[in-house]
Amino acid sequence: MGSLISISVLAIIVLYLGLYRVNKALLPVTVIGLVVAAGFAVAQWNTVARPIYSGMMLFDHYAIAFSVICILSTILIILLSKNYFERISAHVAEYYAIILFSLAGIIVMVSYHNLTMLFIGIEIMSVSLYILAGIKKRDFGSNEAALKYFLMGAFSTGFLLFGIALIYGTTGSFDLEVIRDYILSNPRDISFLFYTGILLMIVGLCFKVGAAPFHFWTPDVYEGSPTLITAYMATVVKTAGFAAFLRLFAVCFAPLSDFWTPSLLIITIITLFIGNITALYQHNFKRMLAFSSISHVGYMLFAIVAIGAASANAVFIYATAYSIASIIAFGVLMLVQQQTGNSSFDNFNGLGKSNPFLAFVLTISMLSLAGIPLTAGFIGKFFMFSRALSQYQIWLTVLAVINAIIAIFYYFRVIIAMYFNQEERTAISIPGNVSFVLGIAALITLIIGIYPGFIAHII
Amino acid sequence: MTLILLLLPVFAALVLLLLKGETVKIAALFFAIAELVVAGIMVAGFHADASYQYVIDYLWIADLGIHFKAGVDGISLVMVVLTTLLVPLIILSTFKHQYNKPSTFYALILFMQTGLLLVFTAMDAFLFYVGWEVALIPIYFICALWGGENRIKVTIKFFIYTFAGSLFMLLGIIYLYLQTPDKTFDIQAFYNLNFDPYHQGWIFWAFFIAFAIKMPIFPFHTWQPDTYTTAPTGGTMMLSGIMLKMGIYGAIRWLIPIAPLGFAHWQSTVIILAVIGIVYASLIAFNQKDAKRLIAYSSIAHVGLIAAGIFAWNMQGVQGAVFQMLSHGINVIGLFFVIDIISRRINTRDISLMGGIAKSAPFLATSFIIIIMGTVALPLTNGFIGEFLLMNGIYQYNIWLVAIAGLTIIFGAVYMLRMYKQMMQGETSSLTASFTDVSGSEKIVLVIICALVIVLGVYPQMVTHLSEASVNNLIEQVNQKLISAK
Repeated sequence: MGSLISISVLAIIVLYLGLYRVNKALLPVTVIGLVVAAGFAVAQWNTVARPIYSGMMLFDHYAIAFSVICILSTILIILLSKNYFERISAHVAEYYAIILFSLAGIIVMVSYHNLTMLFIGIEIMSVSLYILAGIKKRDFGSNEAALKYFLMGAFSTGFLLFGIALIYGTTGSFDLEVIRDYILSNPRDISFLFYTGILLMIVGLCFKVGAAPFHFWTPDVYEGSPTLITAYMATVVKTAGFAAFLRLFAVCFAPLSDFWTPSLLIITIITLFIGNITALYQHNFKRMLAFSSISHVGYMLFAIVAIGAASANAVFIYATAYSIASIIAFGVLMLVQQQTGNSSFDNFNGLGKSNPFLAFVLTISMLSLAGIPLTAGFIGKFFMFSRALSQYQIWLTVLAVINAIIAIFYYFRVIIAMYFNQEERTAISIPGNVSFVLGIAALITLIIGIYPGFIAHII
Repeated sequence: MTLILLLLPVFAALVLLLLKGETVKIAALFFAIAELVVAGIMVAGFHADASYQYVIDYLWIADLGIHFKAGVDGISLVMVVLTTLLVPLIILSTFKHQYNKPSTFYALILFMQTGLLLVFTAMDAFLFYVGWEVALIPIYFICALWGGENRIKVTIKFFIYTFAGSLFMLLGIIYLYLQTPDKTFDIQAFYNLNFDPYHQGWIFWAFFIAFAIKMPIFPFHTWQPDTYTTAPTGGTMMLSGIMLKMGIYGAIRWLIPIAPLGFAHWQSTVIILAVIGIVYASLIAFNQKDAKRLIAYSSIAHVGLIAAGIFAWNMQGVQGAVFQMLSHGINVIGLFFVIDIISRRINTRDISLMGGIAKSAPFLATSFIIIIMGTVALPLTNGFIGEFLLMNGIYQYNIWLVAIAGLTIIFGAVYMLRMYKQMMQGETSSLTASFTDVSGSEKIVLVIICALVIVLGVYPQMVTHLSEASVNNLIEQVNQKLISAK
């Protein structure tokens, strides 16, 4: 609870700092504030969690773990952004403030206990993101991204809200527990409106996390937005979306899993294949990351379908591994883009020679995304596969494995470009903050990969 | 002891990354020999019974019951000897090369050694899988960074093949893990599982594909000739000398004892595939102009024989396989080394352009013929013992198959000796006129390899007695399961 309040207050403080033009203080204040917020969240660990504010929110271990990982990823991204936003526009404070506002929405999304809070959380987050996507005011791509994102987002919110309304109409409550009790006490005669509501909510949430066939906005929005905003959307926002998704389906709708599993199953398979196969044909690293993020959505959905309530842990580890690796990828991309102007694979040629450090961390990131042992990504996939097989979802797991093999092609393409395509290039000078973030993230990836014990039983 | 064995190469690799220039080679050699000494101490203290010795066991990931558990029995020990013996030889054999970024090159080789040793000593399936993949990443980079033309395409194909195979093995491992009563990856728990033949068939294939790709067995071999030809010689030696043994070892240690019923059902299919591979690869080897490619195909043929011997699953077959893994490793790196010496001097591997090298390089020619004798299994060489046992093992399974498989020895002798004749004898060509004989580090490597060829051929007992009890134990265990299933 403290973390939500402190993030909201922090955002306002940051706005005031901007108003009085203390731009130098923005970064330190934001980072310290976020650390404090994470500290508040951790301090609540092991206290008995009860729904608070008339059952609106619930800060259980699940909510705390996802809040903390979202806050930590945001800190890493904000640390990367030193001098980055200054180059785009004069109103730097707004970026920090808007990112913080969206983070506040995210905290609500991972800890809701009432469907209205889910809706409010998603909206706080989304509205902030529409602005962030279009923050390069004079850039065509950025404007396109913002408009597309806004239109698609508005649609999907409509679906979500309609679904919530139908569920409320049947059960007479927004409260997750009441809804579940309703399902449990009326297993035979649940109104078809309720089923329609579930389907509509699936559509709405799949839009938000970018699952196929509701993914069409993702590549353009990711490509058009400023790189660090893309990083934020691909990591923090996605993690939060899944936390919300999982909380709803694993807790509230779990008794009806026979009904929604088939539709989610189809969505999962389509998402895995579309994400992976389209990623194969990209010549642009940023777009490749966008499509690969779709395929990772597939893996996380896979957890919900295959594993249900016990999947929180698997999703958490997977989301952590994916977020950290993606932050590295986007961080390196940001530097390469600043040097060469665009983000096609060719721009990575020869990086292994000119910047061994950048090439090395990016290699770790790609290996982690591909799921090679001794990286966090492997542990994520391993938990996923083992929990899924324990539910006898053998064919689904085999499909996921086939996708993991396809993914090697495009993740290795950048490794090949960096090390094996010779090209003379001048070394990129790496600012201290960036090399700090990249180093830490690579280290976390390896530590989780080698000794996952400490993260494995958090939830 | 096992822990030192596993961690020393990692430590060495990290140290190497800090060094520069010529000292890197010396340091790499030093660490590789230190590792050999560790293995030697383990051999000296080993009691030749069927038990696991030098076992280390640490809890690794508590939630999933994963242990860092490793140790050696007789079979593992032979593999450890193979790895630790060949790595210093391989490092020494690269001394005349000036690799770009030597510290990375040697660090990758030593890092790969850890992966290989993990595979050969793991007593926990998860650890086995991790070692399996850890060995793959360095060799990928070795081949792709220092390889010849077309390396990018060839190496990615190699990587995808092996990675694809191993992922299905991972599914198999997880499936077995879920069957164990107390949720563990321990090898003994896997051995104790008794599940129905239908599922054993699936498990068999999940593991078999991974191993078949690695060995490689026909028709999973298509990555191999290109990769061997393209890789730098050090990488080719690591691949052919040690890495392919991961697949063979995996079949003995994991595949057959875990899924005996699946094995019994598919036994004939696999042996026939192996025999087809033998004949097929030998026929292709006949027509090769590139010496490195010729040896790559001959390696497929030899490995096919080893695979057939294992899947015959009797004392002679498996003992022969274990022994032949060691001698094939020694012989094949010897062959690749000779080719490397020649191609470095005359800048081609085309056999038809060579000739008369023996006149100017008698030492090289003598060593070459000794290694070839070992490869074609002449009595009193190491190859003879292994292949004789393997033939004997296959004979007990089916007399017709051994007749066909026996062709390898004849075929092998023909193409190997023909290659020798074309390269070493006859008229000197313009290329080979100014050929200089071997010297320095080259001489040392060749002497050691030739000595091993003969010593192991004359006195095979020192290797076979190590593995005998363990092999016997595994065979008994599988046979009992097969009998109780009937």
